[in-house]
Amino acid sequence: MKFQRWLQAHTTAITIASALLIAVGYLGKWLGSTWGYAVPLMVASIIAAVPIAIHAYQALRVKVISIELLVTIAVIGAFAIGEYNESAIVTFLFLFGNFLEQKTLAKTRASIKSLTALAPTTAAVLQPDGSTADVDIDDVEVGDVVVVRPGDAIPVDGVVATGTGYADEAAITGESRAVSKEADTPVYSGTILSDGYLQIRATKVGDDTTFAKIVELVEDAQDTKSHAEKFIDRFAQYYTPAVLVIAAVVLLASRDLRLAITVLVLGCPGALVIGAPVSNVAGIGNGAKRGILVKGGTAMDGMAKVDTFVFDKTGTLTQGNTTVTDAAYYADAAGARQLVAALEATSNHPLGSALVAFAGGSTNLPVTDSQVIKGQGVTGTIAGQHVCAGNLKLVQAHGVALTVAQRAKLAAMQATGASTVILAVDGTVTALFAIADAIRPEVPAALQALKASGAKELVMLTGDNAVTANAVARQLGIDTVHAELLPADKVTYVRQLQQAGRTVAFVGDGINDSPSLATADIGIAMGSGTDVAIDTSDVVLMRSSFDALVHAYRLAKKTVLNTRENVAIAIAVVLFLLVGLFAGFIYMASGMFVHEASILVVIFNAMRLIGFGKSAKLDLRQVQTTD
Amino acid sequence: MMNKKITMQLDALTCPSCLTKIETAVKHTAGVGDVKVLFNAAKVKAEFDDQQVSAEDLSTVVSKLGYEVQGVKVKEL
Repeated sequence: MKFQRWLQAHTTAITIASALLIAVGYLGKWLGSTWGYAVPLMVASIIAAVPIAIHAYQALRVKVISIELLVTIAVIGAFAIGEYNESAIVTFLFLFGNFLEQKTLAKTRASIKSLTALAPTTAAVLQPDGSTADVDIDDVEVGDVVVVRPGDAIPVDGVVATGTGYADEAAITGESRAVSKEADTPVYSGTILSDGYLQIRATKVGDDTTFAKIVELVEDAQDTKSHAEKFIDRFAQYYTPAVLVIAAVVLLASRDLRLAITVLVLGCPGALVIGAPVSNVAGIGNGAKRGILVKGGTAMDGMAKVDTFVFDKTGTLTQGNTTVTDAAYYADAAGARQLVAALEATSNHPLGSALVAFAGGSTNLPVTDSQVIKGQGVTGTIAGQHVCAGNLKLVQAHGVALTVAQRAKLAAMQATGASTVILAVDGTVTALFAIADAIRPEVPAALQALKASGAKELVMLTGDNAVTANAVARQLGIDTVHAELLPADKVTYVRQLQQAGRTVAFVGDGINDSPSLATADIGIAMGSGTDVAIDTSDVVLMRSSFDALVHAYRLAKKTVLNTRENVAIAIAVVLFLLVGLFAGFIYMASGMFVHEASILVVIFNAMRLIGFGKSAKLDLRQVQTTD
Repeated sequence: MMNKKITMQLDALTCPSCLTKIETAVKHTAGVGDVKVLFNAAKVKAEFDDQQVSAEDLSTVVSKLGYEVQGVKVKEL
């Protein structure tokens, strides 16, 4: 098989030689020499046909009827009837087309190549004597300490043992930004130390690192076929042998070998087979560069069809941590903050920690007799005063009455969707606090962009109470809200929407909403590269960003459109060739030319997807400014 | 028992029929379980039993078809 490898290595040279020989042949014809015409073309046919024939033979050995086989038979046929110019041009065009295909396909695969190029191959492992040794990346062990210098790619997942610096984590998050690193902060393989010096204790190495998993996921995704692609594959499996049969029938019926071999060449399913996969590869690559992992052609198709987005509120639409958003004081403000913080520090309620943070940290005021009343609040004694902090029920139980003005303020706070805490000292209200999970500022514009891109309904599911949920939904521009849900209820709502004929995408943080992610037509895990999220979702957004969500939606629609364009081009070409054959203006060489040209056309069409998105970002800003 | 997993990195693949060719040839080797050929990444992934067949054997199967094997990684399952 050395000969074959030699051929493979020299295919380009063979293609050039074949082109030169064809030129010499036509020069001979122009000079009026019959031999000067025929001989170079014969030689050109033979040298170019050999690599094609070998491929055909090998495919046949594993029972695959390949395009190469059709071409080989056609060339032998052309040779037999003395059409040396046709055979020479067909073989040349086939090889040249393959060459161009290889070059252009490499461009559509460039995104993933640029990812893997980031992966370092060796690591500088710290030795017991203080020196470092360059170790192959596969031989680094968990627990080893590796040294990373400025400009180097970090070779392992781990935590900083000593040193400080800034790392560019674009490889993981798709966002190029310097992230500060110091002792005990986590670092990721594939990210670049832009500044500083780090010693890192490895926690994950080789194929277990987050980066390796991302690369593997993208590689698998680019080969996970959509329904359309699977259909075309099956089609091609029967189509190619069918062309062979049809050519044989044509030969028997017409006794015209020339016509039969023309059918063989025209029948090659070139653009059809390459058209759909190449769009997906370019689309998935585009996403991967922006920290958007779409798990294959099926996920891409599904994402494009989504008409209903379902969001889990906490951590997705909102920041996920509660803060004090409003306060009203009826006594010394600083004193009130100190008292409520001291009291709340004794409970572990989420509202409590927001109040402690609001007071600027825990206070040293001693609290005695503190008591947590579930669903109401906390009471206790501080510096001889009886203090209670909680809801209306709690303070009323302690004989505290609110003035009309205080009641109005409380109602106003609750109307914004905030939870409220009333602070009472010795039977008098001294302060009201509004605590809410603030919405993420970029969300309203992004949701509007989703709608502009074709989403029909935006649904929010939450475990929060209805008042809070509705207030948040109003601020965000959400269409439908379902509040006070348990995690299991969320799955039920997703199912109900599906039964109503919707194509549902569920957007969650991937931490405790895996069932919903798995149930939805398309599960979108946001801002989390955890294994569970990667496993159960169809689209992973490495960065918790709504820009990325909008981009993913538009990209999916664009990619599916691109696939359809390519299939349409391929079918149009086949029809054109058929008409040409019957009308008599298409022969072997011109047919092969049209084929190879159409393959390049579909690849170039797909390449447009690689650059998609620069304008999409602009659009989003426009939405924000007009808002 | 399939106890090892091999990943072979090949030179760029261009024709979908190469894929079928490689997949069929590797699958028909004794001691090989699941085979996956990644067209775009130009990788062959296969589970195999190291009692029956070695990683070198599998690499030879692929290179005999005329595809250069650039790198081989073997992992325990």
